[in-house]
Amino acid sequence: MTEDLARLDGNAAAGTLCRFLAIDVTSMMITCAACGAEAPLGRLHLYGGRMGIILRCVACGEVNLGAVEVGETLRLDPRGAACLTFRAGPATFR
Amino acid sequence: MIFAERLDWQVATAAKFCRETQGVVTIAFEVPEWHGHLAGQHVDVRLTAENGYQAQRSYSLASPAGNAAEIELTIERIKEGEVSSFLTEELAIGDDIELRGPIGGYFTWDRQSSSPLMLIAGGSGVVPLMSMLRTRYKVGGKAPARLLYSSRTAEDIIYAAELDRLAANGDGLSLIHTLTRGAPSGWQGERRRVDKQMLATHAFQSSEQPQVFVCGPTLFVETVADQLISLGHAESAIKTERFGPTGDKR
Repeated sequence: MTEDLARLDGNAAAGTLCRFLAIDVTSMMITCAACGAEAPLGRLHLYGGRMGIILRCVACGEVNLGAVEVGETLRLDPRGAACLTFRAGPATFR
Repeated sequence: MIFAERLDWQVATAAKFCRETQGVVTIAFEVPEWHGHLAGQHVDVRLTAENGYQAQRSYSLASPAGNAAEIELTIERIKEGEVSSFLTEELAIGDDIELRGPIGGYFTWDRQSSSPLMLIAGGSGVVPLMSMLRTRYKVGGKAPARLLYSSRTAEDIIYAAELDRLAANGDGLSLIHTLTRGAPSGWQGERRRVDKQMLATHAFQSSEQPQVFVCGPTLFVETVADQLISLGHAESAIKTERFGPTGDKR
């Protein structure tokens, strides 16, 4: 893991997550289990590589969510998130 | 709960190419199964080599919100970027690629919104913001809008002519360019990196309660967002999307 990989945000992780979760994941609010900061997934800092996705808190840098996509399987590690919050609203073009 | 479509890969056929600047190309794709998108959303593009090697990157949609079966991606060729180099230099009309989308509900603009719209772009970060401006024009939006757009040189400005036309429509859009690596003689715009003073001059005041979208390289986005907050803008009113050359190497 190099600093170079810490360049994107949760928006870039959404394709993988949306393949399995039929919600708009970029607007999902994640509460950091370490510091309590709350942010939409789209804002979290993405550390990604071929091995998977690590989303880190924008405030304290702790891991909030880990995800690995292998073929038809998604494994989520949510231990860094104290709470996931969803709000209703338009997300698709209709 | 916000329900979105479950995303599957679909075939997209290259239909049209338009060179925007030396390193930036817009590609129109025909996507028969496209269900429409919002302004600001993106797609993942996947390329598969003959030996099965796959590479995948995210690109913003440039075309306006709607459900047309032809979508546009504007792609900057990244040095040594395997996907962007292929798309901008080797892909030809009629070739198929795979994509999935539209993706994202966070970095999207609601075309019903009447709040002032403040768009701040660094380089090819202008692409999703252009989708918002094209959508605004298409629906006849009259709420005030501003684009503050930072480019390296005048030759690097993407969509230059179309932006001038949009700003000349008299529908409340103003356009502020800034150049960071030298300006031509007679240049009317700004000529430095976006800083706090520039934002104080050109951005809507926080009291006007604008919706703010910032897109560009990570450092650009972080700097601009921090300065906006120091000018009194609410963090929740600032939506950000980062990209980077390193994203292409991911």
